[in-house]
Amino acid sequence: MAAAFLSRPVYPGLALVPQARRHIFALEGAGAGALTDLAPDAGALTRSDILYLPRDPDGAAQAVALAALGAASLWQAPDLAALLSRLAGLLDGARMGTRLYAAGSEGFIGQVLVVAEAAGIDPLSVATEHRGNRARRVQCVHCKTVAEEVTTQPCACPGCGLTLFVRDHYSRRLGAFQGVCIDAEEPGSAPAAEEAFR
Amino acid sequence: MTELALRVAAIDDAIPGIRRIRLVPRTGGLLPAFSAGAHLVLAMRDGPTLRRNPYSLCSDPEDRSGYEIAVRRAERSRGGSAFLHDRLAVGDLLSAGQPANLFQPDWRGRRHVMVAGGIGITPFMAMTATFDRLGLPFELHYACRSRATAAFADLLVARHGARVTLYPSDEGRRIDLAAVVGDQPLGTHLYTCGPDALMAAALQAARDAGWPDQALHAERFEAPPPGDPFTATLARSGIEVTVGRDQSLLEALEAAGVAAPCLCRGGACGECATRVIEARGTILHNDHFLSPGERAAGDRIMTCMSRFTGDRLVLDL
Amino acid sequence: MPPGSATAAVHRPETFLPGTFRDDFSYRNSPGNIPHFPFPFAEDSYRYSVNIEPHVPGRPGSAFEHLIDVDEHYLSEMADRARVLEEDPLRYQALPHMMLAQWDVLELLMEEQARAYPHLFTLTKDGDRWRWINRPMGIDDTFTFGDPATLPREPFDYIARQTQGDHAILDQRDGNLWMDAGMITAQADWSLDFDVGMSFHEWHAPVPLAHEMGVFDRALKFLLNLRLGQPVRRLNWTMTINPRLDTSPERYPHWGPDRMTVTPQNAGRKVHLRVELQSLWRLPRSNAILFPIRGYLMSLDQIVTVPKWGRRLPRVLESLPPELVEYKGLSRYRQTAIDWLKPYDDGQPTSPGIFPD
Repeated sequence: MAAAFLSRPVYPGLALVPQARRHIFALEGAGAGALTDLAPDAGALTRSDILYLPRDPDGAAQAVALAALGAASLWQAPDLAALLSRLAGLLDGARMGTRLYAAGSEGFIGQVLVVAEAAGIDPLSVATEHRGNRARRVQCVHCKTVAEEVTTQPCACPGCGLTLFVRDHYSRRLGAFQGVCIDAEEPGSAPAAEEAFR
Repeated sequence: MTELALRVAAIDDAIPGIRRIRLVPRTGGLLPAFSAGAHLVLAMRDGPTLRRNPYSLCSDPEDRSGYEIAVRRAERSRGGSAFLHDRLAVGDLLSAGQPANLFQPDWRGRRHVMVAGGIGITPFMAMTATFDRLGLPFELHYACRSRATAAFADLLVARHGARVTLYPSDEGRRIDLAAVVGDQPLGTHLYTCGPDALMAAALQAARDAGWPDQALHAERFEAPPPGDPFTATLARSGIEVTVGRDQSLLEALEAAGVAAPCLCRGGACGECATRVIEARGTILHNDHFLSPGERAAGDRIMTCMSRFTGDRLVLDL
Repeated sequence: MPPGSATAAVHRPETFLPGTFRDDFSYRNSPGNIPHFPFPFAEDSYRYSVNIEPHVPGRPGSAFEHLIDVDEHYLSEMADRARVLEEDPLRYQALPHMMLAQWDVLELLMEEQARAYPHLFTLTKDGDRWRWINRPMGIDDTFTFGDPATLPREPFDYIARQTQGDHAILDQRDGNLWMDAGMITAQADWSLDFDVGMSFHEWHAPVPLAHEMGVFDRALKFLLNLRLGQPVRRLNWTMTINPRLDTSPERYPHWGPDRMTVTPQNAGRKVHLRVELQSLWRLPRSNAILFPIRGYLMSLDQIVTVPKWGRRLPRVLESLPPELVEYKGLSRYRQTAIDWLKPYDDGQPTSPGIFPD
């Protein structure tokens, strides 16, 4: 794994804020395990809403495990856009004392934080835990297209087709790493792509 | 230069124990605009002593014709409040540094909730004016001894109506802090200024309701505490400075003509952190800046607030 | 001011040059403007330092004479900026909570420019009713301070299109600075669209070496206590092939290939020293910080017309640490530039400081 760099977000792991009036858990794929491992007490669960985006291969089993927690509500999202939209709806009109928790892939967490910030939540107050692969969301700095699930270095921009070097520079606002053309100075000199983010 | 040359234009003693002072530029013109929550470090020539104390600006930040401060007579004054109450007169000349701010609003706030106690109302005078001008939702909860002794109470109610709630203790009213923080929209920020106990209670109520630290703001201004006199040796300038009982180390340095760094003079900003070369004894840390680990290390002292007891203190000055 | 510098003329731009920063790259400094250039090296070898000093008016005729500097390239730079913004509106960003800071910036940039260059700019205030005249650009607008509806654009957008240099606005909260607004059209390879909203350490993340040295920790601590009325400045530098202002990462595929075109024959004309006079100003109403990044470009063949600079520049370029050469993107042409400059270094000692002898 690449060395830490200073714009890289830190995901310290989910820790319950016991005083919270309401807990909202936004979970993706293996991120479900972050909540089941946390095993909140029954009192906290009665104040908890869970939004879950299952991912193969363990999505169904994890959904069962989440349901077994007995939270106030559990909603399974058909896709990411639906989850983010539902989250925005929950946060609209929410009160101080509502605490948000996000667990899953890095790209998922990044997009949950974008929704949170838009709702008036300071991103630093959101508990996050990275579970799952290390694939990166990458914004092409040239055409601004965001590539999802990038696992190679360099990668191809799905928008403009340039070969991008994925920099160790991360934008919380965009929830994405920065991709910069790797062979701009000598077009055609890009090295072959190698698996880098798994 | 950047020092402001000011003249006392008006003094208002309508509230017992609290003196409102209006300062205008000596040569006319306009003063710099300032930010809500800012303070002014006022330099006061009191006989042989030059005092420099911070006071929150309580006028409207857009009123650049003058600045206002409100000073409560301290029960055990180190000299600043007694000077301003007893010896200051209209027409007197004072100077001050530029306004500085360690208590600014978080401009991202969707709503701003302020909890004030006593003379801690002062920074909220400017904040309410700014929030009102910018159309930002706010509410102010103001605890006081009585309506008659609460500075600015009438003005605040006249200006902001139901957004201001008074809690005079002689009427048996207390702020229900749990209720204040219990039903606020996401994105609300809490600001508190007043007696330590009130500030601690307000912050605790918010934490107990699940508020994150990023939404909590407290004005931690304090006067430097008095204490036993001590001597500091300055390694670079090669002089010894004796700090009197009612004097801070910073004030003693300034009196000795040493150009010591400082900004807030209240132990909050960290600007005056000075390297300790040798300390045979104990540094009495009174600031809010150094972490417990940094205090334990004992290699820095905040000259505006902290004191020393022991045989020998050598500073890198 | 040292004796002997009395020949330095007061900087009072009357006419503006028509140079371009793209296509035919017709940008050149007039001979009289060469001493105006803020040569960034105070000694013969490179040493990283924060080098922050008070931003006070400096030597007449230099870029430091006025705190917001206007020079003979004003109109051509504003034209280039307008074109960059037209092609890529994301070069201007202001997060919603920065509106009060925007007004602070508008006032500061209007006041400073009107004070320094009364023959170019006039600001008259009648309460909140302000009139701004920008003679070079033919602008005469009356508006209400504090009311965005009375200006054709957001206040920061409006004034940054009329001020040389890039500008960022840093919000202060939680013991940190956050780059929450900017108009960045002439940057040395960083993206405002990507960096907007970042904290001080986050947006400096790609800079090598300095983090380990604690440079940014110290700089942040210093800036958090930056005082109203006491701005500070520092110089930063890099090199650019062709006098191109817009060396953004967005446009890297357009300017990156330029780095392959440097030859011993054309280096003097093509290789430019790019200097940023960065200043930092506490803003009165918002308590935010304005961060102007005022860029200057000068080709090697113009730099060597000042003998001291011609001696010193090759010495500095030879002393750069490799990480820095890589980070500044100099790898492909540094040696060619040094070789081109060498004949101008006669081995004589140089005087301390940045100004010509």
